[in-house]
Amino acid sequence: MIEARGLARTFRSRRNTVEAVRGIDLEVDRGEIVGLLGPNGAGKTTTQRMLATLLVPTAGEATVAGCDLRRDPIGVRRQLGYVSQAGGTNPAAKVDEELVTQAQLYGMTRGAARERARQLRELLDLAELGDRVIKTLSGGQRRRLDIALGLMHDPKLVFLDEPSTGLDPQTRANLWTHIRALRDQRDGTILLTTHYLEEADALCDRILIIDAGKIVASGTPAELKRRISGDLVTFEVDDVARAQDLLRGRPEARDVTVVERGLRITVDRGETCALPLMRVLDDAGVKVGSLHIAHPSLDDVFLTLTGRSLRDAPAA
Amino acid sequence: MTELDYYCYLRTLDAEPIEAPMLRDAMITFRYQMRLLLREPVWIVIVMIQPLLYLALFAPLLEPISRTPGFPPGNAWSVFVPGLLIQLGIFGSMFVGFGIIAEIRYGTVERMRVTPASRFGLLFGRVLRDTVVLLIQAALLTLIAVAFGLRVPLAGALITVGIVGLLGISLASLSYAAGLWLKSEDALAPLLNMVSVPVLLLSGILLPMTLAPRWLLRLSQANPFSHIVDGARAAFLNDFGNSSLVIGLVCAAALAALGLAVATRTFQRESA
Repeated sequence: MIEARGLARTFRSRRNTVEAVRGIDLEVDRGEIVGLLGPNGAGKTTTQRMLATLLVPTAGEATVAGCDLRRDPIGVRRQLGYVSQAGGTNPAAKVDEELVTQAQLYGMTRGAARERARQLRELLDLAELGDRVIKTLSGGQRRRLDIALGLMHDPKLVFLDEPSTGLDPQTRANLWTHIRALRDQRDGTILLTTHYLEEADALCDRILIIDAGKIVASGTPAELKRRISGDLVTFEVDDVARAQDLLRGRPEARDVTVVERGLRITVDRGETCALPLMRVLDDAGVKVGSLHIAHPSLDDVFLTLTGRSLRDAPAA
Repeated sequence: MTELDYYCYLRTLDAEPIEAPMLRDAMITFRYQMRLLLREPVWIVIVMIQPLLYLALFAPLLEPISRTPGFPPGNAWSVFVPGLLIQLGIFGSMFVGFGIIAEIRYGTVERMRVTPASRFGLLFGRVLRDTVVLLIQAALLTLIAVAFGLRVPLAGALITVGIVGLLGISLASLSYAAGLWLKSEDALAPLLNMVSVPVLLLSGILLPMTLAPRWLLRLSQANPFSHIVDGARAAFLNDFGNSSLVIGLVCAAALAALGLAVATRTFQRESA
């Protein structure tokens, strides 16, 4: 659905030059939810805006939905639904005015646009709000309207820029359900940006971690966590010294450290390694009081890759 | 019918050939913008108040001046009202750039720019709305002036209103271009003031430039708006053989074309 090579963008102003994106390669397949995860200013939005034909790349090539980004921007626009971070509705307009006008700009007739607006309102819990003036909507309703606007022409590829910013946790979870439905029921492809770890973790099939304008890692949330940090298996044992000797020799134990009343072992996959390790202890007569498996968070991954925590990154 | 079937059905409805997508996009934009404007009709009235005040409180002052040597042919009304119409054309359309700055802030401009809609269409639909409003205002102003005592032949009045329409296209376009370019009300306001005051003073709108000393007359001749005002005055006298009418029309048409060209380019530019 998307293939980009060496995509870069430099912003120049009188005083300074900012390399917002410094050469990004990415591939997104049909039916995937792919997340660009990174702190503010990492280049997520710039990347997305380039792929959406809103910014001309300083360097690089890309094909989006089968159309060349530079040679056929109109082809890209025709097939892409784009929902920007701030949304894009006139507070004085009515919900259906925005929806119908949007669809008409994609070439739909007025009748078809009305019908489509009605369906999408139903789908996104805006059913009764067609005649409402937009400034009277709640934040969650307005965000869902932004998304409805991006879906009016039934695009197979949708870009969402920070889809859940400013939403309460419940509305956010609800939004995720809608985004998943887009993939599952319509074979849609979604490229979203986020700086919420929970969102990337819960929603994305694949994550591209982006920092200072470059992709520093990519994979499924589970792969990323495994590859970079490994899982932590913690045993509570009665004889720490003996257990340590026994487990140090095991090939799957990458690291063994003594913690309070027990041992912490770093392994590739906690679920498959924990029981064999416990059996080793058991066979040798070491009593295991408890077993705990911990997966690293995406924040641990980000910390390992960049030396910074995503949570500490300044808010927008 | 599954959801997918339904969409396929909708697509066939859409398959009718679109002959001029540019104009279609312009009409879609026009209707959308017009609906938004009509929700706040008070603005249409506010723009009219200024020329009405000129008509009631300034035009009477011209009565004695109209007998001084150098005053162009025609009475005070037929000299002043065409100028007032041109003034409405200028001031009624040059502030629309503020609207596009608000739209940039709402994100609606960007949202529409990601659609395949023609950039010219997105611009021209907005300009068309402003021009239609302006034409209605100009017609109303002329009718009110007739009530005040203006005598004008219909053809001349219509031509003048047409000139106002061309001015509207030109200045609304340029104002949108400036708004897209500056993206800030704080920058647009001083720019408009800087441009509008010399344009107004050097156009002979308030007092005819035939009263001016030679250097001021020369200066005003460099201002296309002074030719447009002269053209409108000739039209008001039904003086169709007068070359100043042709020159005025050409100036207005050229300004309209220039405005549209500049604004379309600005709309196409990536960062707009």
